[in-house]
Amino acid sequence: MIFKVFAAQELGRLFELLAVNMIVGPVKKGGAADGRVLYDFAPVYDLADLCLDFDQTIHSAKKYLLPYVEETCSFKLEEVGWEKEVDYGGNQPLVLFGLHACDINALNKLDKVLLAQPYPNQFYGAKRAGIFIVGHSCQPTPACFCHAMGTDSVLHGCDLFLTPLGDDYFVEIMSSRAFHILENLNLREPGRDDHRRFQGVVEQRKSLFTAEVDTSDLTKILDMEFDSAVWAQWGDRCLSCGTCAQVCPTCYCYGVEEVVAMDMKGADKFRQLYSCNLLDFAQVAGGHNFRPESRSRLKYRYYHKHRGFVEAFEEALCVGCGRCGTNCLADITVPEVIASVRRGEVDDV
Amino acid sequence: MKDEKKYLGVAVPRPKVGFFELSSCEGCQLQLLNNESTLLDFLDLVKIVNFREAMKESSDAYQIAFVEGSVTRKDEVDRLQKIRHNAELVVALGSCACFGGVNQLKNRFHDLGWVKREVYGDYPIDSQEAQPLSAFIKVDLEIFGCPIKKEEVERIVTNLVLGKEVRHPQYPVCMECKAHENICLFDLGEPCLGPVTRAGCDAWCPSNRLGCWGCRGPAPAANLSELERIVARHDIPLERLLDRLECFGGFSGEAERLRTRLEAAE
Repeated sequence: MIFKVFAAQELGRLFELLAVNMIVGPVKKGGAADGRVLYDFAPVYDLADLCLDFDQTIHSAKKYLLPYVEETCSFKLEEVGWEKEVDYGGNQPLVLFGLHACDINALNKLDKVLLAQPYPNQFYGAKRAGIFIVGHSCQPTPACFCHAMGTDSVLHGCDLFLTPLGDDYFVEIMSSRAFHILENLNLREPGRDDHRRFQGVVEQRKSLFTAEVDTSDLTKILDMEFDSAVWAQWGDRCLSCGTCAQVCPTCYCYGVEEVVAMDMKGADKFRQLYSCNLLDFAQVAGGHNFRPESRSRLKYRYYHKHRGFVEAFEEALCVGCGRCGTNCLADITVPEVIASVRRGEVDDV
Repeated sequence: MKDEKKYLGVAVPRPKVGFFELSSCEGCQLQLLNNESTLLDFLDLVKIVNFREAMKESSDAYQIAFVEGSVTRKDEVDRLQKIRHNAELVVALGSCACFGGVNQLKNRFHDLGWVKREVYGDYPIDSQEAQPLSAFIKVDLEIFGCPIKKEEVERIVTNLVLGKEVRHPQYPVCMECKAHENICLFDLGEPCLGPVTRAGCDAWCPSNRLGCWGCRGPAPAANLSELERIVARHDIPLERLLDRLECFGGFSGEAERLRTRLEAAE
């Protein structure tokens, strides 16, 4: 990997160079009643609005590649025959500025499911190809457990990765287009001292994690604990509202619906991101529902992410960003659910 | 306007429909008329033969009846039964027709005679407890919302005409609220029925920073006991949850149970 260092005031220059395209990054969205600052990803037009010191956004940046609702095609019926129109949505280059390691690794996981397959998802692929990603190091929150998922570090999946070192930025260059853009900045080679400072940041970040998820032999333990009483206890709390999946950077399940135009001259087909916690997720033709109870739906959410996906890809479909737990009104968090499965009981609320 | 359309080469009937109102603000019917950009397509889709709010002519020869409002008088029961007799398909239009709506708030007063005297004085008024249509007739389809969402009604009517299954969202409002990337109302310290209320409104109120009042009634998997714990954990008095559960009548059973418990705790 190519490492460089540039002075912090050069960041504005980088922002301006990238601003020929739409820049999306973490911005302040509002304040919670308890005083927390709430962040989300949104278009940024001024470097001053970009909050690179954000702790975590409410939602991930997933929607820029997997919109919550996306028109996949529209049909126009004519006197004879019909016309089909498809827009993969890849004609708008985008810069994602300030993604943390968790969110970049989430995209790498989505790439494996949606791109590296015999039938790649062209809607995702078209958008993914047009995105330039500037990664940024983070300060773990009490909800973060990326270190346990092995997603606290980025090796690929972004164009460059920034780590602030006091008045400097340490930059990891991961694509040739990033290399050529950075040629316009005053870069210098990192020295021994910069390497020490970088490692200091790594150590400091590591010391801040408080949430723990023990993943050792987890797939096997999940297999053994299929009938554990904890699933019913968590299921009784679950609201079946789908919030966890909506804010998750790796959830990609969806439903498809065709809407016929009122004038009967055509139809639009929509893909809607769905959640395995929703009541009719496993409902099939004839009305049969394989998972009518919230406890089984919640269980299969964990089985997909921490068992099935691991068996298929040798990694979990979870990056430890903590959003599902932070945004779950019922306070169902991954660290607590996994710990309860291992322990065989749920702690009292 | 042709009386017969085709979709994918198959003839699509243009059913005769009537719009009716019982005790209501007629806002749901107004919603349909408000949709000016698609009104002509809607009028082309169905043949409206009875719509007091929109036209002078009226006929009893309709196949689909859309009925807005709740039943609060004896003569409304008679009208409703006549509509049921005339129509092949009766659609409850809006929260009042589905659950009693805002009107059913008066059912909480144990002494309706006192209510009548307070509001109308000595003027004789025939008013009974507000009930949904289903208390008196068989309802074939419910369209939820206060008011209804016109885009949703158009989609439902299009599906009815096509013979396509009409499916309401099974998930609660949270799903749509998250898709709008709103700040959760609970984070702002406001109660919200979004986690238990049937979606389909596209999170209309939460997207405008107003917590959900449950006008579309409970989602099929609504977890009220957890919502109660959530409200308590956010230091919001349960009375404020009760206010919302009571408002439209969709949660009448849950509201009754919570009210009883709160009164007993006093």
